[in-house]
Amino acid sequence: MSDEFEPKIALFACNWCTYAALDLAGTSRMKYPPNFRVIKVMCSGRVDPQFILEAFKDGADGVLVAGCHLGDCHYIEGNFKALRRVTLLRRMLDRFGIERERLRLEWISASEATKFVEVAKEMTEQIKALGPLSTRLEVRA
Amino acid sequence: MMDKPKIAMYWCASCGGCEEATVDIAERILELTDLVDIVFWPIALDFKEEDVENLPDGSITASLINGGIRVTENERMVKLLRAKSKIVVAYGACSAWGGIPSLANLYKEGELVSLAYREVPSLDNPNNVIPQTTTVVDGAKLELPELLPRLLPIDRVINVDYYVPGCPPTADVTWKAIETLLSGNLPPKGSVIGASEKALCDECPLNETKPDKVLLQDLKRPHQVIPDATKCLLTQGLLCLGPATRGGCGALCVKARMPCTGCFGPLDRVTDYGAKTASFIASIIDFQNQEAIEDLIDKLPDPVGTFYRYTLASSILGGKARDRES
Repeated sequence: MSDEFEPKIALFACNWCTYAALDLAGTSRMKYPPNFRVIKVMCSGRVDPQFILEAFKDGADGVLVAGCHLGDCHYIEGNFKALRRVTLLRRMLDRFGIERERLRLEWISASEATKFVEVAKEMTEQIKALGPLSTRLEVRA
Repeated sequence: MMDKPKIAMYWCASCGGCEEATVDIAERILELTDLVDIVFWPIALDFKEEDVENLPDGSITASLINGGIRVTENERMVKLLRAKSKIVVAYGACSAWGGIPSLANLYKEGELVSLAYREVPSLDNPNNVIPQTTTVVDGAKLELPELLPRLLPIDRVINVDYYVPGCPPTADVTWKAIETLLSGNLPPKGSVIGASEKALCDECPLNETKPDKVLLQDLKRPHQVIPDATKCLLTQGLLCLGPATRGGCGALCVKARMPCTGCFGPLDRVTDYGAKTASFIASIIDFQNQEAIEDLIDKLPDPVGTFYRYTLASSILGGKARDRES
């Protein structure tokens, strides 16, 4: 077993687009890093900033929130809410000593399995370079 | 003759405002002293720590503790009061969630000491005197409590039965909480008492002027606008956290044309007030593209300080990420 750091990345995937893309990547036997822990949500707009912070606290080194492209949301506006929430939260992470690159937002449609694979490879490398976060977060008493 | 219930009140790392708030119940304090025996209240009464130690365990009906756990003495005292009390109430924002002092959790304790005793421009400390936990003066050993690495709400150190929100709780909230505690009809453990179960908007006098969809196109700081006293402050671009904050205060700040800053903390089922409030503000921003959203957020220079002003210690992360001490 290699000593190299393997990041744990939480992936909040929207049911209608991103989760379908993940399925497509799987059934097409595409190769991608195994570092993602997938949590399906009905819409990226469901992703509460509390979930993201909880993920970091519970050991995630990175969090990816992914949903439908803007204008294509199954619930019309949900992904706009995700855009605004993640944008604000990324700024707040700096003050918490968490590099904002650890939180990423992507729009991945149901057919974009290749895009998912690219994002997965890129983000895994990026988080590897940043190093583990979990050893730096104090477990709350 | 039946003994009156015993009440104790204590302050940890506190500004003293909660003590003032208690006294603010004004002539109701006479009714209180008819109903209860106050057995410990350092700011007002002369009982000593020894007097508390000599009480049988569980003999204090309720201890109301304000202030956060910042030094080892705070920790020791709350543990003592917990042992001697049937009920412990976290009174005020600091004991409930860390309060404003818990913003110090964004820094390491060494940085705090260094700033306070070495770096402040107006400081005059030529011999670089830093507080120590022990020192010897004329053969006598003097002791100071030790600074803890982070400020904690009291429920990280002892079991807390009830919470009274506010910075400070208002006199009416305080009285309602006392009535609840003495009523014999206690709510479920862990409840917030004295305040509302609904958000501030529900009791705000400007609620009717709030449109169905409040949308932020601009963010103004209170000194940049003379608020119209008849319209919802959010619609005027002021950052009012009322929709995400527990009510019960009577909307005192809003009535004075100041937007709510969130001192009554989260509603039930919200774990992290700052994150939830940031979520609320983000979701009402009236822009659809990244750049415009960023431009608006630029007008909020310190989102963590703004949204976590009273609740940082109780947040999911609790403070700034730091290397785990081994």
